[in-house]
Amino acid sequence: MNTNIETFKYDNRIVRAFAIATVVWGIVGMLVGLLAAVQLFFPDANLNFQFITFGRIRPLHTNAVIFAFVGNGMFMGIYYSLQRLCKARMFSDWLSWFNFWGWQTIIVAAAVTLPLGLTTSKEYAELEWPIKIAITIVWVAFAVNLFGTIVKRREKHMYVAIWFYIATVVTVAVLHITNSMTMPAGLFKSYSMYAGVQDALVQWWYGHNAVAFFLTTPYLGLMYYFLPKAANRPVFSYRLSIIHFWALVFLYIWAGPHHLLYSALPDWAQSLGMVFSLMLIAPSWGGMLNGLLTLRGAWDKVRSDPVLKFMVAAITAYGMATLEGPLLSIKTVNSLSHYTDWTIAHVHVGAMGWNGFLTFSMLYYLFPRLYNTKLWSTKLANYHFWIGMLGILFYVIPIYIAGVTEGLMWKQFNKDGFLQYPNFLETILQVVPMFRLRAIGGTLYLAGAFMMAYNLYRTAKAGQFEPDTEAQAAALEKVPVIAGKPSWHRILEGRPLFFTVLATVSILVGGLVEIVPMFLVQQNVPTIASVHPYTPLEVLGRDIYIREGCLGCHSQMIRPFRSETERYGEYSKAGEYVYDHPFLWGSERKGPDLAREGGRYPAAWHYNHMDDPRSTSPGSIMPRYSWLLTQKMEVDTLPSHLAALRRVGVPYPAGFENGPAQKDLQAQADKIVADLKLGSVKADSDKEIVALIAYLQRLGTDIKSAPATAAVK
Amino acid sequence: MSVVIILIVASLAVALLFLAGFVWAVRSGQYEDIVTPSLRVLAEDAKNKISETKSTLK
Repeated sequence: MNTNIETFKYDNRIVRAFAIATVVWGIVGMLVGLLAAVQLFFPDANLNFQFITFGRIRPLHTNAVIFAFVGNGMFMGIYYSLQRLCKARMFSDWLSWFNFWGWQTIIVAAAVTLPLGLTTSKEYAELEWPIKIAITIVWVAFAVNLFGTIVKRREKHMYVAIWFYIATVVTVAVLHITNSMTMPAGLFKSYSMYAGVQDALVQWWYGHNAVAFFLTTPYLGLMYYFLPKAANRPVFSYRLSIIHFWALVFLYIWAGPHHLLYSALPDWAQSLGMVFSLMLIAPSWGGMLNGLLTLRGAWDKVRSDPVLKFMVAAITAYGMATLEGPLLSIKTVNSLSHYTDWTIAHVHVGAMGWNGFLTFSMLYYLFPRLYNTKLWSTKLANYHFWIGMLGILFYVIPIYIAGVTEGLMWKQFNKDGFLQYPNFLETILQVVPMFRLRAIGGTLYLAGAFMMAYNLYRTAKAGQFEPDTEAQAAALEKVPVIAGKPSWHRILEGRPLFFTVLATVSILVGGLVEIVPMFLVQQNVPTIASVHPYTPLEVLGRDIYIREGCLGCHSQMIRPFRSETERYGEYSKAGEYVYDHPFLWGSERKGPDLAREGGRYPAAWHYNHMDDPRSTSPGSIMPRYSWLLTQKMEVDTLPSHLAALRRVGVPYPAGFENGPAQKDLQAQADKIVADLKLGSVKADSDKEIVALIAYLQRLGTDIKSAPATAAVK
Repeated sequence: MSVVIILIVASLAVALLFLAGFVWAVRSGQYEDIVTPSLRVLAEDAKNKISETKSTLK
């Protein structure tokens, strides 16, 4: 029996740093969200300023709330609970601070690059390649710190929360690396190595699992730590929590294809995603019930303690979102919900309810403990709870109504067999009042966050910060006490887990970098003979489409429903996307699908529409893109962009970018200018609008020029 | 659709890693006692001055 009691200190400074970052970035992320929400009913709220226009700040909002707000909240909770669960200080203070400052630097880089339009366009993975590399490095530092702490723990049993943290750190690394396979075409420009359907599948495998392993598993671990602590009750069933964990991690990773139902993805993959999604109800609800039942006999505390109030609401929101998610992945339901605001409502139940409220509860729990005092005002925290709750309801209820309304109106036929609402704009104008209500909900939620910030500030002022908490525990028997200090190597040798993870990450990076290009290039053999690579001018236009975030509101994927083929034309085929690096299917329609936009309107219509959408479509909620009319296109980037595209498998002939491409570009630009003249619009051939029009006029036209037989496959 | 192979390999790698973790957890006796861990969590910072509940579990 080892009676060697050791005294050590928990690091509270790092927890405080992450806590402050959580509050600050939370407020920033919500403010940006509110600005985006206002633009959806008042497009001029962008002040005709390109850097704060919806398409660019939508990814800023999602990245800020996911990676800055919830990310810092996750680090805060893990750094606090892991030390106490392991009865050990963090493995390395240096790594802790590297993790902190590295993460904040990445966030600042995101806040600068996304408004500048530097984006890969892949949702929740928009950051360009240098930032992606930085994320990988910081994440590995976090992983080493986490595993190092686990290795030197003084508590043999690894509490279930630790397992949730491990799942997070390992899986996020694999997801991030796999989805980040991209070919640089400049310092802040790259093209996905995957094309079309393949890119879509990788993206949503990542996107779904980012929700699973960044927003869900770490927060479940935090729930299993902070809920029992706050309620002073052991978790209802520890056995159930273990089952919850293992069932969840084995099921979650296979559910990604449910984001691509009725798309050009093969049917079997869609069905697989749907089945696994439905199975997920079991562990999710097991976890939710385990959380709620932990409060048995303590419900009186919920009435008075804001920490528990927030937790109960958060766990309930988790239950709602994890029931709704699987239901949305049933193909029939999805055919109505997909592309509509229903999805937006669904994710906000999860983000505002589950992640937001659990983060608030942790902050209210931690600040008094870090500062050795009581919460400055319980009353204000209770007000925060109710205003936050109202905020969620005012947000999600109108947006659910908007989503269902959109879905039904898009599908409605009249008795003569024509679309009841052939003009897409009608369906959006119908729900604009809901967008207004949503902004009120967002404002209430944000007001609550401000109340919390003030409350926490006053709490900190009133108390005395404790940089280190002293604790005592016996060393684990297994660790051999070698004369003097136990050596690094000695400790690690016996713990294969640590090396396994590091090895997996490095093998994965190396393997993917080697395999992906050659493997996929051969796969992109055109299956539709008439589908050709984009011309140089169209490539530049596509770059602008990506920069402005057009895919935030316009999909490029026509599903095989009569309501869609009537409205947009022939449904989309996988073979049409073989040159799409990255894919631009989008996930949301605030405007019509653009997959067959080419040739629908004359060039001059697009010109006027971009200058002022309300001039061609009265009431439209699209922002003005007048800067495209004056900015010159960046022709000098063309060679590097074409070369990068060739490297990922687009068959531009050798040397194309040094001369022939420029000639081709000029000829096509002149043709667009001539087309514009037909519509009595005078434009110079070197303006960005010309490239964008060239791209839009190309969309979906390839198979129209094909003989009927070729279009079938 | 060859990309599914990459995704399946990556997913399986993660799943196998979890499986190894599970086997390790069971073999090393992590789950021999699944009652006291949930109680021990509550007691761990009984020293903490503001913990109003320090002695209920001791």
